[in-house]
Amino acid sequence: MGDSKLLVSSSPHLKDSSTTSRIMLDVVIALIPAAAFGAYFFGARVLLVILATVLSCVISEYIATKALGKKPTIGDLSAVVTGLLLALNLPSTIPLWIAAVGGVVAIVIVKQLFGGIGQNFMNPAMAARVFILISWPMQMTAWVLPDQSDAITSATPLSMLKLGESTLPGYKELFIGNIAGCIGETSVLALLIGAAYLFYRRVITPEIPLTFIGTVALFTWIFGGDGLFRGDFLYHILSGGLILAAFFMATDYSTSPMTLKGKIIMGVGCGIITSIIRLYTNYPEGVSFAILLMNIMVPLIDRYTIPRSFGGEKKVA
Amino acid sequence: MALLRNIFKGGAAVPHRKNTAQKETLKMNVPEKVIIPMLQHIGAPCEPLVKKGDTVKVGQIIGNSDKFVSAPVHSSVSGTVTNIVPVLFPGGMQVTSVEITTDGMQEVHESVKPISYSSNKELLEAIRQSGLVGLGGAGFPTHVKLSPPPDKPVDTLIINAAECEPYITSDYREIIENSGNIIGGINILKELLKVKNVYIGIEDNKPEAIKVMTHLAEKIDDIKVIKLRSRYPQGAEKMLIYSITGRKVPPGKLPLDVGVIVMNVNSVSFVSEYIKTGMPLIKKRVTVDGSAVKNPSNVEILIGTPLKDVFDFCGGFNSEVHKVLMGGPMMGIAQHSLNLPVMKYTNALLAFGKEETETGEESPCIRCGRCVYACPMNLMPLYINLHALKENIDELEKYKPNDCIECGSCSYVCPAKRHLVQSIRLAKAQLRKAAAK
Repeated sequence: MGDSKLLVSSSPHLKDSSTTSRIMLDVVIALIPAAAFGAYFFGARVLLVILATVLSCVISEYIATKALGKKPTIGDLSAVVTGLLLALNLPSTIPLWIAAVGGVVAIVIVKQLFGGIGQNFMNPAMAARVFILISWPMQMTAWVLPDQSDAITSATPLSMLKLGESTLPGYKELFIGNIAGCIGETSVLALLIGAAYLFYRRVITPEIPLTFIGTVALFTWIFGGDGLFRGDFLYHILSGGLILAAFFMATDYSTSPMTLKGKIIMGVGCGIITSIIRLYTNYPEGVSFAILLMNIMVPLIDRYTIPRSFGGEKKVA
Repeated sequence: MALLRNIFKGGAAVPHRKNTAQKETLKMNVPEKVIIPMLQHIGAPCEPLVKKGDTVKVGQIIGNSDKFVSAPVHSSVSGTVTNIVPVLFPGGMQVTSVEITTDGMQEVHESVKPISYSSNKELLEAIRQSGLVGLGGAGFPTHVKLSPPPDKPVDTLIINAAECEPYITSDYREIIENSGNIIGGINILKELLKVKNVYIGIEDNKPEAIKVMTHLAEKIDDIKVIKLRSRYPQGAEKMLIYSITGRKVPPGKLPLDVGVIVMNVNSVSFVSEYIKTGMPLIKKRVTVDGSAVKNPSNVEILIGTPLKDVFDFCGGFNSEVHKVLMGGPMMGIAQHSLNLPVMKYTNALLAFGKEETETGEESPCIRCGRCVYACPMNLMPLYINLHALKENIDELEKYKPNDCIECGSCSYVCPAKRHLVQSIRLAKAQLRKAAAK
C-alpha cells in the first residue's frame, strides 16, 4: 500500500541553513581586513602575492581531486581559505613563484594526499609556510618596513627583541600594524575585527585563541624578562604572528580538538611551545612550529578527552 | 512559577513554527473506515478479540494481551469488522490490524461507564483497561509507568508540556482548552503515587499556557509551574528532569532511578476524563501542519482514521506532497503511505512539499565540532558516524552510541549535512548484532 511518491528518510527532517562553503566564505570575509591593511601598509604587491597563492591552491585542488578520482571540491571554498591564509603568512617581498609552490605543497601534499577536506593532519597553510621557511630562508626573512617598502630591509619586532635592539616599535605601532612582518600578521587591529566577525558568526569558539594567547602572556611574563615576572608580555602578544595564528590557524577545524578540554590542551600546548621557541631558540618566532606540533597531537588529544555521557559523569548515590 | 535552575548543554535553536497555536481544536467527522493496529505502544502486541463480520461499538475492547507491558486496544467507531490484515508500518514491522467499516451511528458500547475505584490496584487496573499509553509520542503503557517497583521510591511527578518540537501545538491546546482536566488528572496521580512534588514544565515560548496553569496551580499545594528555556530538546525526558530537578538520569537508566515519573500533559488530562466518563482512549488531538497542508489545524481525530482522510479534512494539499511525517520534524517518522492510520500516540501529522524535503547533499565532515557542541548527551556524533560507516565495533563502543536519545540536534546543525542520527541508529544495530554473537 505504498505511495511511491512519498519520500521516506531518517529523522531529523529539518536542518539549519549552515553549509561548509558558507563557513569558508565567513573565514574569507574575516581575513579581508587583515589583507586590506597588509595591502595598505606594504603596497599593491601584496595583492599579487594573494592572487598567486589563492590561484595556486584552487588550481592544485582541482587537479589533485581530478587525479585522485574524487569529486571536485573547489566549490566549498576551503582552498581559497588556505591560499589566503598562506599569503597572509608570507612577507610581501616573497617571489611569486615561491608563493605559488607553497600553495601546491599545502593543497596537494598536506591536504589532498591525506584525504582532502577534514582529513589533513596539519594545517595546510601553516605547513606550507614552514616548508617555504626551511627551503628558502633568505626570501622568507626579507622583511621591509611598511613606509619604505621599495628598498630598505628591516628586522621584525620579535627579531629586534631577540637581538637586543633598544629602539623597538611602541605598542601603538604593533597594534595598528605599521611594522615589518608578514602581510597579514602585523595589524592586530585588523585581525581582531576579523576574529570578532568569526565569533559573531559562531564559526570559531574562544577556547583555543584565549588559552593560546593567555599561555604566551603568562609564560613570557614569567620568563621573558631580566628576572622572573618581569617579561614584557604585551609586546609578545602584539608582535609576530600570534594573533593571526591564535584566531585563524590554531582554530582550523581539521587540525584542532573537538571537546572543551581538548581545546584547552591545544591552546595551552601551542602557547608553551611558542614561548619556548621565542625565548630560548635561535628562531625569533615560534607560532608556526607550535601549531604544527600540536596539530599532530590532535588525534591523541581527541582520544583521551572523550567526554562522559550525560548522567554518567559521577556515580549517583 | 519558579525560575529555571539548571541549563542542559548543547541542543539546537530550532524554529518554533507554532502556526496552529491560536486555532481551536476542530472535531473531525467519522471516517468511512478505520484501521486499528494491535500494536500502538512499546511492548507486547495485542491479539484481536473480534473477527471478520462482527459488529463493534464505540469503546469496545477489540484487542488485548496477557503480558504486563502492553495496552488493550478499543474500537473508536461503531460498525462492522470488514477485515483483519497485517499492515506494514514505517518501522518495517507487519502489525495485525482490524479494519472496521463504520455505520456512522457512533453507538457507545455498554462497558463504557464512569470509573469508581477503592484502591490503587483498582485504579491501575482501570488505567490499563483504558488503553492509555504515553501520548507525547513514545507510547509507553501508562499503567506500567505508574507501577514503580517498591525499591525505587518516587518523590516527584513531572508533567511534560514543554512541546519543544517545531509545529506541534496539541499539548498547548490541551492546556488552553482543558486545563481543568489536567489539574484533575494531577490530583488523581498525586494520590496514587504519594509524591511530594508535582511540576508542570512549559517552554517560555508559550506564555499563555504558563499563565493559565500558574493561575490554576496557585490554589493547590505542591504543584509548581516551571517556565522552561525554549531550547530543543527541552522536552526530552532526561533534559526535562535535569532542567526542573537538577537530577541526571544515568545512561541506560530510567527516570524512576532518580525518583521521578514524567507524564505528557495530554496523558494526565486523559486520566481525569476517563475516570469521569469511562470512555477508553479512542481519539486524539493531532496538529496537522506543514507547507503542503491547505488549512493547518488542530484536529480531534478518531484513532484508526487513515491519514488521507485527515489531510482531506484540512482542505487537502496545496502542492505536491513529498514527505509526510507522524510527529515533529526533529524526531517524527516519515510515513510511506497515506493509508496508514492515526495512532494513540500520534501528536502531529506534517506534510511537506519539495523544498523542505531537500535538506542538502551529504559532504565530507569538516570536523567543525558543532555536533559535539549540540549533543545534549555529551556524545561525539562525528566519531560514531565515522566508525559506524566502517563497522568498526571496538572503536564504536568507546563513543557510547547507545546513550544517544536520537533528538536530531547533531544532524540539524551539521553544515556538511551528514546523516549523523541515521548512522548512530546504524551503530546501535551493529552493537546489538555484535553482542548477540
